[in-house]
Amino acid sequence: MNKLVYLIPLFPLIGFLINGLGRKSLSKSLIGVIGSGAILASFAVSLVLFFDVKANGAMAVNPLFTFIQTSTLKIDFAFQVDQLSCLFLLIITGIGFLIHVYSASYMHEEEPQHFGRYFAYLNLFVFSMLLLVLGANYVIMFIGWEGVGLCSYLLIGYWFKNNNYNAAAKKAFVMNRIGDLGFLLAVFWIINKLGTVNYHDVFAKAATLSNFDVTAITLLLFVGAMGKSAQIPLYTWLPDAMAGPTPVSALIHAATMVTAGIYMIARSNVLFSMSEFTMHLIAIIGLATALFSATIAIKQNDIKKVLAYSTVSQLGYMFLGLGCGAYTGAVFHVMTHAFFKALLFLGAGSVIHAMHHEQDIRNMGGLKKKLPITHITFLLGCIAISGIPPFSGFFSKDEILAAAFAHNKVYWILGVAGAAMTAFYMFRLYATTFLGNFRGTHDQEHHLHESPKAMTIPLIVLAILSVIGGMVGIPELMGGHHELHHFLSPVLVSEKAYEIEHSTEWMLMGISVTIAAIAILFAVNKFSKKPEMQDAEGFGKVLANKWYVDELYDTIIVKPLEAVANCFKNIIEKSGIDGAVNGVGKFVQYSSRQVRLLQSGQVGTYILFMVLAFVVIVLIWINDGHIYRFITKLF
Amino acid sequence: MPISNYIIFCLTLFTIGIIGVLVRRNAIIVFMCIELMLNAVNLLLVAFSKMHNGVAYLSDKSSIVGAEAQVFVFFIMVVAAAEVSVGLAIIVMMYRNTHSVDINFLNRLKN
Amino acid sequence: MYSLLLILIPVVAGLLSFFLKEEKTVKGFALLASIVTLVVSLCSLCSTTQLAFSAEWIPSLGSKFSLSLDGMSKMLCLLNCISLPIIFTSIYKNSYKNTSGFYGLMFLMQAGIMGVFLASDALLFYFFWELALIPAYFLCSIWGGEKRIQVTFKFFIYTFVGSLLMLLGLIYLYLQTPGSHSFAYNDFLQLHLPAKQQASVFALMFIAFAIKMPIFPFHTWQPDAYEQAPTPVTMVLSGVMVKMGIFAVIKWILPILPLAVNGHANFVIILSVIGMLYASLIAIKQDDIKRLVAYSSIAHIGLMCAAIFTNTNIGIQGVLVQMFNHGINVIGLWIVADVIEQQLGTRKFSELGGLAQKAPTLAILFVVMCFANIALPLTNAFIGEFLMFSGLFQYNVWFAAVAGISIILGAVYTLNMVQKIFYGDTVVATDKAVDISLNIKLALVILVVVIIALGIYPMPLMNLVK
Repeated sequence: MNKLVYLIPLFPLIGFLINGLGRKSLSKSLIGVIGSGAILASFAVSLVLFFDVKANGAMAVNPLFTFIQTSTLKIDFAFQVDQLSCLFLLIITGIGFLIHVYSASYMHEEEPQHFGRYFAYLNLFVFSMLLLVLGANYVIMFIGWEGVGLCSYLLIGYWFKNNNYNAAAKKAFVMNRIGDLGFLLAVFWIINKLGTVNYHDVFAKAATLSNFDVTAITLLLFVGAMGKSAQIPLYTWLPDAMAGPTPVSALIHAATMVTAGIYMIARSNVLFSMSEFTMHLIAIIGLATALFSATIAIKQNDIKKVLAYSTVSQLGYMFLGLGCGAYTGAVFHVMTHAFFKALLFLGAGSVIHAMHHEQDIRNMGGLKKKLPITHITFLLGCIAISGIPPFSGFFSKDEILAAAFAHNKVYWILGVAGAAMTAFYMFRLYATTFLGNFRGTHDQEHHLHESPKAMTIPLIVLAILSVIGGMVGIPELMGGHHELHHFLSPVLVSEKAYEIEHSTEWMLMGISVTIAAIAILFAVNKFSKKPEMQDAEGFGKVLANKWYVDELYDTIIVKPLEAVANCFKNIIEKSGIDGAVNGVGKFVQYSSRQVRLLQSGQVGTYILFMVLAFVVIVLIWINDGHIYRFITKLF
Repeated sequence: MPISNYIIFCLTLFTIGIIGVLVRRNAIIVFMCIELMLNAVNLLLVAFSKMHNGVAYLSDKSSIVGAEAQVFVFFIMVVAAAEVSVGLAIIVMMYRNTHSVDINFLNRLKN
Repeated sequence: MYSLLLILIPVVAGLLSFFLKEEKTVKGFALLASIVTLVVSLCSLCSTTQLAFSAEWIPSLGSKFSLSLDGMSKMLCLLNCISLPIIFTSIYKNSYKNTSGFYGLMFLMQAGIMGVFLASDALLFYFFWELALIPAYFLCSIWGGEKRIQVTFKFFIYTFVGSLLMLLGLIYLYLQTPGSHSFAYNDFLQLHLPAKQQASVFALMFIAFAIKMPIFPFHTWQPDAYEQAPTPVTMVLSGVMVKMGIFAVIKWILPILPLAVNGHANFVIILSVIGMLYASLIAIKQDDIKRLVAYSSIAHIGLMCAAIFTNTNIGIQGVLVQMFNHGINVIGLWIVADVIEQQLGTRKFSELGGLAQKAPTLAILFVVMCFANIALPLTNAFIGEFLMFSGLFQYNVWFAAVAGISIILGAVYTLNMVQKIFYGDTVVATDKAVDISLNIKLALVILVVVIIALGIYPMPLMNLVK
């Protein structure tokens, strides 16, 4: 049973190699089958492992080989299968599989060679993501961590002819790298203080760390999470990342990769719980991100951009949960979010597919009748994300909000406000896209069609999961057992239970659901008839332009850096350092040119120099006294 | 005559030679000035030789102290003669080439 | 015995090359001879005996022709031996005027570099150090680019000044050895000079090595030389020859002048860290592949130098691994630069673009190498950089954090390069481009396989240099 775990990342790796190397010779359907099949196989193995872990608890896994060894440090290439990684395995391979199937149909217009490249990247992504969650130490996690960043880069820039997409890909990679630097420094800190990177040893020795060390480590790790999970201030890459193909956005930029930060913090919950400061910071950053990006989402008109900002916002909720110590809630929200956000993105993909790569919702409308399956599933997804019971989003979000309430009432109020905004912009999106009259060109209307089965079936499966996915975490308040909580408790050891009276809890639920419902009704009412066609003005314009954060970063970071680089290149390097080096050479040349003039060729001059030199020598001797004394003796 | 007279005389002669070499441009005059310097040295050598010999003579009649200096003088005269022949030959050649004996024309090695 | 063979074969091969006339024969012979050297080097890896060699050289000065092979020199010799066959494969289809001279000098340069790695006598070390420089000078000044004379002159004088300072330092050490003085490495190890003397010798020798590596602010010869030198020579210069400087610091400074190293560690590390950021920032603004790689190389070397002077076990281990890996990666980047220049006639980003459509294989291999250049995990460079940063972190948190910024900048300039050359739409220069020929593909694939293999399973390398 233990050895099975190696198979999980192995399948996608093989898929990557076959598709990557054979992309020119294999047929498209074969590439699709290999790509999806590899993930399906991993999913099957993950299921087996999951049931094993559920029955027997976490399993010990032997290292595959020694990765790095010096006299003071030993890092194994080892995997760890426990409740947390099992859950993520299922999410990654399960949703990954659905998205692979969907992709095979969505990307069918691509040339075979690029089709193969696409699936190779996708498989490589799954492989990296699996490494990330399976690793038994921080270094293996970091390998996966950078690996998913790489795949994200490759997939965002998949249509590499378009330079805007390439710029977006580069932005994503560089911003991720900023976070990665934090992660890396945290790992060095851990190595320096504890001499090991294995989770098990680190957590066991965590108590020996000083308060300062723990705070520093957790803060640095959190910087890493900020980059990968798109939190303020490193979130701006995620909306740009929508340049990639839509299934990629669903898989990488909604369901899996961006939740790596949550996984990492949940994994290191022992460390994080030791530092109150970091926890506060996480909660505040999470909440700020949730609200901030929700405001931006309200005014976006690109269907994928709305979903992207919504993802950033939901990730903010997860961090709020983590910051309040509700690790289970955060992980729970990761799971439900993976369901409904993947669903929403795939639904958006289906719409974009039907509209022939039109992404602006102002040119849509009335798609309800033309795309019935997409419509229904999208609606379910919207309800789920808005937190209406008994859909999955309700349970996970409620758990986070309850924890926030227990932690600090202000968090809760702001959280509910964010939830209301979520419901509002999601139904604004829904109403503008699916309700009302069609506003696109005649040509587009003519070609409107429901997507093929390979695309609708994943939608349906995900819709079902979005509806019932919350059942694993029904709180005890409602007579449930909160299966997920019990399942994860061996890993999330430092989770503190919060105490809220049942009546209060009911009331909180009631308030948040009511507010969300009002927001939904308001949005549907407002936008189904009269969608916003004009560009926003006033404050709305600020929102539509994303609070001008990109411009701000450009002004305060990118431009000065470029100026410094220019200054280095053109001034310091050329005139300063190289100038000094060449200056030495020039000085030698100059002085030799000057000295050369003495060799005038005039015999008279030479003799004059000779005589003068003789006189000088004589004078030196005189000063020495010998000749002087000799002469005075004579006279 | 005290030796100092000889020294002053020779220095004067030598200085005249040097100044002549430095200021004159006519090669033949320069040449003569060089001879003048050589002769100044010769005279000084002979004078010192005589002085030392005179001192030694008082104690030992057969002393040859200072004779080396006179040998030197002969050497110098021989060398000077050789130099004159070579030098005058050069001046003649120079005159044939440039129709002048101005030493400032002798910078053709430059460049 | 192996050590002598490693020098003799290139010397003989180089001298023989001069006498071969046919271009084809020279190329075939060169490839064969370089592979023979590689085989000898591989054999030396497995062997534990017969590694050292010693003979009388200049007895009156107490200098012997003594060579030895330890783990580090084994690895560097291997790098030196791997690089030549790969370079020769990749340039198999290029033609150079006076081919025999070109290949002959390449071999002599290899021999010189090999001698530096092997010498265990200070005078011999100096001898080889200069011997490596002279063929490099001729190669650059005969086969180089437009401004070759000027640039090569600068390169030569610059490094030569360094070498003379080093010679002074070595002679000073020689005069300190007891009895009838000796240049032997082991005698130098026994010296234990007082701190003040160490500091002055350190200054002399370190400048020489700093110029060779090069570290900020002694680096300005390098981008010019790399740009103007013929690309195969650039590969050797940056892939192997700069390792001479690092190697020399580890072998000839660290154990002999420990007090001075401790005393100057802060200063050198600060210089290196400044150099890293400085070179990275300049690299962002470059418009020429060769110059960009040159500056990126300065940044990487800066990290290695900083890691050496942390004097931590983990940092130096990282440097050792990274020396090999950096050599492999940078040679790959140069090969691509050469391919692009040979095929399209330009190295300027502003004149390139969209090459990925025309040359997908080249694009893939290049992207892998670029990711190795920015030390992505599972490529070879990650191991070295991880250990080096870890060492730097142990020494001082802030140095590591500041140096870490170069990781981000590295991603910026490397991805810029990839984007500008390969992505986007094709332009005039790249419209008629074709994919790479078989020999280049072979060379690049070998490099990529090494990059990934050592990235996934680096232990063989780490055991070698333990």
